[in-house]
Amino acid sequence: MAQRIDVKDLNIYYGDFLAVQDITMTIEPKSVTALIGPSGCGKSTFLRTLNRMHEVIPNARVEGTVEMEGVDLYGSDVDPVAVRRNVGMVFQRPNPFPTMSIRDNVLAGVKLNNKRISKADADDMVESSLHGANLWNEVKDRLEKPGSGLSGGQQQRLCIARAIAVKPQVLLMDEPCSALDPISTIAIEDLIGELKSEYTIVIVTHNMQQAARVSDRTAFFNIAGTGKPGKLIEMDETSTIFSSPSEKSTEDYVSGRFG
Amino acid sequence: MTDSPPRARARATRRRGSDRGFNRVFRWIAVGSGVLILAVLAAVALFLLWQAWPALTAGSDELATAVPRYPEDTSFVAYVGPLVFGTLLAAILALAIATPLAIGIALFISHYAPRRLSQVLGYLVDLLAAVPSVIYGLWGFFVLAPFVVPIWSWLNEYLGWFPLFAGEASPTGRVLATVAIVLAVMILPIITAVSREVFLQTPKLHEEAALALGATRWELVRTAVLPFGRSGIISAAMLGLGRALGETMAVLMILSPGFLYSFHILDSAQHQTIAAYIALDFPEASGLAVNTLIATGLVLFVITLAVNMGARAIVARRKEFSGAN
Ligand SMILES: Nc1ncnc2c1ncn2[C@@H]1O[C@H](COP(=O)(O)OP(=O)(O)OP(=O)(O)O)[C@@H](O)[C@H]1O
Ligand SMILES: [Mg+2]
Repeated sequence: MAQRIDVKDLNIYYGDFLAVQDITMTIEPKSVTALIGPSGCGKSTFLRTLNRMHEVIPNARVEGTVEMEGVDLYGSDVDPVAVRRNVGMVFQRPNPFPTMSIRDNVLAGVKLNNKRISKADADDMVESSLHGANLWNEVKDRLEKPGSGLSGGQQQRLCIARAIAVKPQVLLMDEPCSALDPISTIAIEDLIGELKSEYTIVIVTHNMQQAARVSDRTAFFNIAGTGKPGKLIEMDETSTIFSSPSEKSTEDYVSGRFG
Repeated sequence: MTDSPPRARARATRRRGSDRGFNRVFRWIAVGSGVLILAVLAAVALFLLWQAWPALTAGSDELATAVPRYPEDTSFVAYVGPLVFGTLLAAILALAIATPLAIGIALFISHYAPRRLSQVLGYLVDLLAAVPSVIYGLWGFFVLAPFVVPIWSWLNEYLGWFPLFAGEASPTGRVLATVAIVLAVMILPIITAVSREVFLQTPKLHEEAALALGATRWELVRTAVLPFGRSGIISAAMLGLGRALGETMAVLMILSPGFLYSFHILDSAQHQTIAAYIALDFPEASGLAVNTLIATGLVLFVITLAVNMGARAIVARRKEFSGAN
């Protein structure tokens, strides 16, 4: 299920603007990797290059390689659509499709794969995905109701269910809890803990406690100043980053002295 | 705030006072124009009703003597019936041709074409709207009608089992099918422009949700853009329908008229639309004949109003389930 990601010498540009410079890192399979750093240092930008979502933005481009189990995502014969089916994404703001029912939302990605699935298989898939996202008990009686009628936290879990329904290898999450209340946040964090037994998870967060709670490894990004590129300062076991990081700036950041 | 000097406070108050003055002016302008529009609409409706009344209340004998080409022993309703039928048939056919095309063009402009090309295309489509309808009439008469004759006779010959293509294809091409094409071209710009705007407003959030699931361009359109734009498309189509219902000149110039309830859109002398009928007969009408024409105009007015109100209702309902909160 889960796959290892090797990023080598990655530069990310928006037009002429170098947003993120020279990232080299390894993301371990079946683990949670947290990306932290001050606003504007390129965490989202970097995350989106892991499933080629940055290509949606005009003029965005990358140099370097991102290898997933040895295959370069940016190889000339790789289809970005295939990459995104393999690498799921959960966004900062919950974004279920508003005109679709809860059930159809879960199945949205599956149906995209043009597979005709029987109703029984679809039912199983809806149930297992919603179980996987810890949402089944709350919505099992209203699967035909619109997804936009759920609370923010439920919507976010619905989005997670939708992402895992297509059985990706990797799950990317960009501040998945920043629009949620503490209770929903805990629910999602618990879920991340469960999902990592099957998926490789990369999560961007501004919440230090959250990074400390959910992640196995943490990468700290920083930026020298506005207009300068963001860089990876250091990456290590989460416990090390939060107790004895090797860089001064990391220590300042995680202890809340800046950023 | 507590220690702000009195003069500054006075200035602030005065500024707020003049703000209120502007507000009041704006409110009056807004209310005034709203009332004006309503008043104009009411005046038109009243005028139509008042002028149509003699025809609506006259007996069929009276109408038959006063109005040229008025059939014997026919009530007013039976008389306008074929006209309403012709008007609706032409408009609906035009809509059926134009809507899919317009959606395709709008999608191409909003989600497929490179930015430069999409600008040019959008501009070209808008230009179509600037062509006067009399020009469309001339084009339809001299270019399109002769051009479609062989196509219509082919359809008639090989697909004649389909009710719309039955009958005898006219050798002139001056038939409702040709009119429908011209009307479709005329309403294409408005439908395209409105749909394009709606498609461009698809929330980025939903587009990215689809893309992140591995949607191709077309799947993105299907899962995020079209569901979001559905009610927008409907109201765009309604706007087009409104225009097609009232179009006069092009129909008048192209169609060879008839007064039947007929689905034979390839036959000549089958249909007529209300607007073209009025324009054709008005110059020679007098007395009760004028009232009769105005009464048919009233019918058209009611139909158009109903279409527009339908569009309004759909647009209003759209707010609830667009999810753009
Ligand atoms: N679509 C874009 N076009 C141009 N520049 C962009 C775009 N998106 C981001 N940037 C720039 O790239 C840099 C990194 O932005 P990014 O959104 O990745 O930061 P971030 O670390 O995710 O910040 P935050 O924590 O606030 O989400 C910023 O300088 C930003 O201005
Ligand atoms: Mg971000």
